[in-house]
Amino acid sequence: MAVAAHAVPHAAHPPTSTGLNSRKMLFWAFLGSECMFFGSLIATYLVYRGRDQVGPHPHEIFSIPFTSFSAFVLLMSSLTMVLALAAIQRGDQKKGSLWLAATALLGMTFVGGQCYEFTEFFYKGLHLQTNLFGSTFFVLTGFHGTHVTVGVIWLWTLFTLAVRGKIPKEKALDVEIAGLYWHFVDIVWIAIFTLVYLIQ
Amino acid sequence: MTDHEHGEHATSEHAHPGAKAYVGIAVILTVITAFEVAIFYIPQMHPVLVPSLLTLSALKFTLVVMFYMHLKFDHRLFSWLFVMPMILAAAVILALMKLFGVF
Repeated sequence: MAVAAHAVPHAAHPPTSTGLNSRKMLFWAFLGSECMFFGSLIATYLVYRGRDQVGPHPHEIFSIPFTSFSAFVLLMSSLTMVLALAAIQRGDQKKGSLWLAATALLGMTFVGGQCYEFTEFFYKGLHLQTNLFGSTFFVLTGFHGTHVTVGVIWLWTLFTLAVRGKIPKEKALDVEIAGLYWHFVDIVWIAIFTLVYLIQ
Repeated sequence: MTDHEHGEHATSEHAHPGAKAYVGIAVILTVITAFEVAIFYIPQMHPVLVPSLLTLSALKFTLVVMFYMHLKFDHRLFSWLFVMPMILAAAVILALMKLFGVF
């Protein structure tokens, strides 16, 4: 794939033994720990899948078209996030703030969809204590939804700063780190969508 | 580390793709997602449903990590920080599934 390696200003940071920014390295280490966190939740879901004594079971309540739309929304939010970063790195805070707002709105759409889905499941008789499926499903997707909600708050904070002109290109790393978090919740959903919803 | 070496690292960390490449990746991700859902609804594909979905999902995962999270363009140390725990998490998932007789 062609790469337009446009000149991106490198935010000044104190010298480090690796020459790399410590904040960014710390955040990648945090994302590594998040991999293990979600890995344990996914493992628990997979291990207990199909061992329920009572319903409702996944195939009775999942709405694949609805969840597919949610997955699409989150994928598109990753696109708007990376476009926000590119704009901020160019020094274009106006466009950057617009893309940040778009990302936050898409994230809110996803969370809204998840709230709707949880409510539907609740009225269909699936609660946290109903069966193993209910417990593992709500814990896994609930933690993911919480991560998305934290991301949305983070994005609106950055949006407010960008609108006020407080994220010049020298501070693009602030947006880059938020972007790493946002893309991470997207890839976790890629795994959940396949392992939980499509492979039943 | 000299200033020159430091500068090289800084450059290698930030040679990111442009907007066209990002939109191209989004189109590919959308097509793969649509393909995944189509496979789910086609009965003839059910014998190969699990390997197909896992492959497509891994492809989407890789595209986002490489291009949107810029691991393809950033310093290799970031890749190690992310990939090693991910391998550990995958190993834990497989070990638990084996332990509980899932396969």
